[in-house]
Formats: sequence, structure tokens, C-alpha cells
Amino acid sequence: MAMKIGSKPFFGRVDEALQDEFMRKAMSSAQDRLRGKKMLATVEDELVGDWEEWRSAGEEIRRHTLDNLDFYLDQLSENFSKRGGHVYFAATAEDATRYIQEVAKQKNAKKVTKAKSMVTEEIGLNEALEEVGCEVYETDLAEYILQIDDHDRPSHIVVPSLHKNKEQIRDTFRDKANYTGTEEPKQLAAFARSQLRETFMQADIGVTGCNFAVAESGTISLVTNEGNANMVTTFPETQISIMGMERLVPTWEELDVMTNLLSRSAVGQKITTYVTNLTPQLEEDSVDAPKEFHLVILDAGRSKALGTEFQSALHCIRCAACVNVCPVYRHIGGHAYGSIYQGPIGAVLSPILGGYEEYGELPFASSLCAACSEACPVKIPLHEQLIRHREIYVKEKAKTSEKLAMKTFGIGASSPSLFRLAVKGMPAMMKPFVKDDSISGGPGPIKLWTAVRDFPAPANSNFRKWFDNHKRGGGTDG
Amino acid sequence: MKVSLFVTCLSEMFYQNVAKDVVEVLERLGCDIDFPKGQICCGQPAYNSGYREDAQKAAKQMIASFENSEFIVTPSGSCAAMFKEYPDLLKDDETWHERAQTVADKTYEFTQFIVNVLKIEDVGAVYPARATYHTSCHMMRLLKETEAPFKLLANVKGLEMLPLANNYDCCGFGGTFAVKMAPISEQMVDEKVRHVEETTATLLIAADNGCMMNIKGRIDRKGKAIEVKHIAQILNSRVEGSV
Repeated sequence: MAMKIGSKPFFGRVDEALQDEFMRKAMSSAQDRLRGKKMLATVEDELVGDWEEWRSAGEEIRRHTLDNLDFYLDQLSENFSKRGGHVYFAATAEDATRYIQEVAKQKNAKKVTKAKSMVTEEIGLNEALEEVGCEVYETDLAEYILQIDDHDRPSHIVVPSLHKNKEQIRDTFRDKANYTGTEEPKQLAAFARSQLRETFMQADIGVTGCNFAVAESGTISLVTNEGNANMVTTFPETQISIMGMERLVPTWEELDVMTNLLSRSAVGQKITTYVTNLTPQLEEDSVDAPKEFHLVILDAGRSKALGTEFQSALHCIRCAACVNVCPVYRHIGGHAYGSIYQGPIGAVLSPILGGYEEYGELPFASSLCAACSEACPVKIPLHEQLIRHREIYVKEKAKTSEKLAMKTFGIGASSPSLFRLAVKGMPAMMKPFVKDDSISGGPGPIKLWTAVRDFPAPANSNFRKWFDNHKRGGGTDG
Repeated sequence: MKVSLFVTCLSEMFYQNVAKDVVEVLERLGCDIDFPKGQICCGQPAYNSGYREDAQKAAKQMIASFENSEFIVTPSGSCAAMFKEYPDLLKDDETWHERAQTVADKTYEFTQFIVNVLKIEDVGAVYPARATYHTSCHMMRLLKETEAPFKLLANVKGLEMLPLANNYDCCGFGGTFAVKMAPISEQMVDEKVRHVEETTATLLIAADNGCMMNIKGRIDRKGKAIEVKHIAQILNSRVEGSV
């Protein structure tokens, strides 16, 4: 399953999404709610001071880290290993899953508990573990819901089950887990909790992602609200954490800034309920640490962005602030993107990680309104990166007709005489379609426009003539 | 004050009344306006679609037309923002990059120019109506101009301004996006029209012809009794006999 969601072509997925009234209502109300909460915790929180300064600090920290990625990865790896942890650099998703399968086999693991992690979705870890005979249990409530609902896919990087309402969740619990309660969220959560409690204690391996790794101490930092990550990392004897190779900070000082940016931007919280920091334990008799701690550092296409105009896409801290303000996501939801990384960051990241063949249409699924760039806590110029993707895509894949049209545009837009001819000729050309000063049919792309809206009739007068006349003191009629 | 009008291709082709209103308002405020004849289009259709080289051609044409101007004023936040993008678009050519910077530095959106350069917030307009205002994305986020239109509208006599819910959400225009991603764009403009209707305003004011064309096109198609006007049309509205 991995990164890709569904097998339909892009517009098929979009049509399907647009017909899902419930999902769309859920998306828009979630966006409105999250936007309000974020504002309260950022620009409107007096304790924060100037939010823009925080964003600049975040950008600087991320840029510095990525510019010196080799150094900090080395430092992280050294410090993690020094304390008895095992570090594995995975060049591909397959390398990562193979390594983790090996660990599972070695440990003769039967049960694996997992905290929420998008990177494990990216590499298809659950399937890989099931292949070697493990039962995998998602313990984040949203991921748990998706998992028992026949492995439904995430529609949001922070709130993966955003596309489901409480009634649907109740029904899923009833159908799949013999739930007898109501749709009341507290009851639903209590049920999931009771189901998971035993599992936590029986697990052989605990798997987590990584919000940030701290290079100076070899620490994995996890930001959660449910406390499940603590359970996942406390009971099993073996822990495996997986991180994208870009997800690290130099020191605890930067961790402080980044955690603030993350929790405030993601869910409008000053700090999440749990910030769990885990470092391999040197002491043999340590009671609450896993005996074996593996850290898998994943490339899987990320290094392709290093040193390119897309490097800053790796600054992303997966807060989904861009997703939460995107007017396109608002209407089509997450699954339509066809990638576990949705919204503006998904449209930027997916082609980098998965290529243009699979994800080349995503950068066009944006009106370039720049709400994403404005929302990003580390100032990734997302809408500009979408244009950079388009530049590459059209060179490789655009239709000849479109290329020709743009070439004509280039010629027309640099020749005033041609442009004047075009402006002059347009009313005549469009005349057959004009009715009451507007157009409702029309040729070529205009038809796509007029399928849902009227198009203005071209002006019959000549503004340049009017202007000359006006300057000479003439009347105001063109 | 000498001002060069960058009328925008959309205004020249479809909204000449807006262009005339811009000229008249600025003249009334004491500007001496000229119209550089070489101007065509800012190049955004090509630039946003990924055709960088074709956009560069358009940009060079515009730079050559406007580089000797004192101030460049345009009735579109989006086209003004595109002028500001020129230095980056031409960053690989030192000479053009510099010329682009000169043009970018003296470019202003119409309301921004009146409020921030002319330092005028009351243009003496009268327009009795219940209206709401569409905040266009590029003016708000790329030009970062959020106040000028509201300051000017607040001083229009007879005009009652109603707040628009979700005014920060894009109307779904996005240039070629509107046709390339037609089904998504349709939903976006529909929601925008819904929010405008909910204000009970009978007039929607905007400062960008692209957004206007989109929202008005949908409002007209649905047969809604809401007028859509460019802010220049409001600011040029006077009571008969006044100066």
C-alpha cells in the first residue's frame, strides 16, 4: 500500500470525493475549527509575542539543519549508538522494511504495537510485518479506527481519520469489534482503550515514528495527546523508531522552538499532552527502557531534494497547517490526492518522493492562493514550489497543444502590435457566443469555464484610443 | 505626481470601464497619468502554468515598457504581485534582473497607491449600498496589502460594509486553474457565492478582475441578484454635481 492511495486516475478520485457530501462537510468544519484554534495559539496568544519571529526562527533552524544534514546525522547516529542503540540508514523503503522484518524475526516477535507514524505508512510497514507473521496493532485512536475499518487510508497527516464521523466510527466498532455502546466520543475512546490495554502489555516490539531526533544527545522526541506512545515504548523489550532523514534538530534548545511551532500550528495547543523523549539506556538494569532500541533513518527519495530548489520541502515538520487552510483540500479531502501526504505539502512532497509519473498532477491541484505558504510555521514557500514542479512537469509531459498555446502567448505577450490585433479581433471572434454581454458557450478552454460560469463579452471599444482622446481633453466615451 | 497606468490585459479586454474609473480617480487625486503603449500582459498565465521562458518574454516586454516610469499603478493585486516576481523570474540574467528590480520597486496596486503613497483615505466617493468585499489572495498574501481597500471603502458615503465569512478562502479562480481543475474550482466559487449571499449584501466589491470575472460569472449563471464591481468603480462614484 505504502505511499499511494487508491488506483483511480486523479480526476476519478476528485469526482468521487466531490460526491461525498459528508466527507466534504467534515473537512470544511474541521478546517474552520482548526484555523480558529491555531490563531488562538499563535498570533493571538500574548505569551507567544511575535509569531512571525517564531516562524523565522523555525525556518532558520530547519535551513541550518538541512544545510548541515550530513554533520547532524553523523552526530545523531554516533550519540544514539554510543548509548547502546542500533542505527540503520535505509536508502529505500524496501531497505527499511527488510531491516525491521529481520529484527522482528530475530526477536521471534508475534505482537507489535505502533504509535502514530506517517513514515511507517510511507514504507508500508504494517504489511511488511504481517508478512513475517506479526500481528500489528495501531494504538493511536485515529489509526486504530482506520485499521479495524479494513485498513482504510489516512486522509490527513495529523488527524488520519478526519473523513469519518462518530456515527461511522460507532458502526465500524460494532461491525468489526463487537462494540455495543453509542456514538458518544468518550465511550468510543474508552472502548478502544479497553481493547488496546491488554495488547500493550503483550507486545514484543513497539514501533514509533519520530517528530524530531535530537542530534546532541541521540534522543527521539514524540509529540502525542493520547499517551499511547508512552505505552508503546514502555512495555515491549524492543523498540524500533523510524524517521525521515530530515527530521532532526541539533540540540534541545532547537527542540523547544520546534515543538512549540509544531503543537501550536498543528492543533492549536500550547503543548501537547505528552512530549515523550527517548534515549537508549546505558544501564543494564534500567527498568523502564527497552532492552533493544533501533533507529531506522530513511532516505527513500528525500536526498533527491537536497541541494535543489526543493530542499526547503524537507524543512516540513508535518504539522498540516497548510492542509488545514487549503481551499482545494477543503473540497476534495485527503484521499483524492492519491498519496498519504495530502494538501499543499503533499502536492510538493509526493512528486519528489514518488515521481511525476504517479504524482505529477498534484502540483496543478492548487489555485496558488498561497494560504499554505502563509500558514507554514517554517516558511516553506509551498505555492512557489508548486510552480517549480509545474515547470518541470510541462517540460516532460505537457500536451503539444498546450505548449503551442503558451508559446503563442509568449510571442503575443512580447509584441504590442500582435496583442492589439488580438484584442481588436476578439469581439468578432467571440460574437457568435455572446448574449446579453456575457458568454455561456464558446470554443476551447472557454467551454470549461462557461460550463459553470458566464464569461464576460470582450469590450467592443478601444481603451487605448479612449485614453489618447481623454488626454487630449476629449470626452469620456471610447 | 506622475503615474504610469498598468491597465492589465483583463481590464483592457473585458473591463474597460474599470480602467477608465482608475484613470479618473487618480486624476482627481492629482496624478498625471500616462499609458505606456508597449504594455501587454504581466505573464502570469504562462508563469503559473509552468512555462517560465514564455513568462520571461512577457516580463521583458513589460519591463521595457515601464522601467522609466515614476510610479506604476495597476487595478490588480495579482498583476502587481507578478511585477514583484520579475526579479526572481529573471535572476539568471544580471542586467534584466536589475531592470526587473527597478520596475518591481515602483509598482503599486491601485488602492495601495492611494492609501500608502498619496496618503489619502477619503476620495470623496458616494455609493449608497449594502456591500461586502472579496479579499483577493495575491493582494493579501503576496503583496501583503490587507488594509488599503478597507480604509478607502470605510470612507465612501452611504456604503455599508458587511463582513464576509471565510474571506481568506480563495474564490477558485487561480488563472488556468479554473479550467484545468474545473470541478474543484466550481466548488470553490460556489462556496464563495454562498458566503456572499449569507451576508445579505447586494453588492460584492473586489480589487482584482480575475476574481471578479470568476465570482461574477458564477453569480450571473445562478441568476443571483448581487452586483459585482471593482473597487475603482465604487471610488469613482460621485453625487451628481459634486467635484
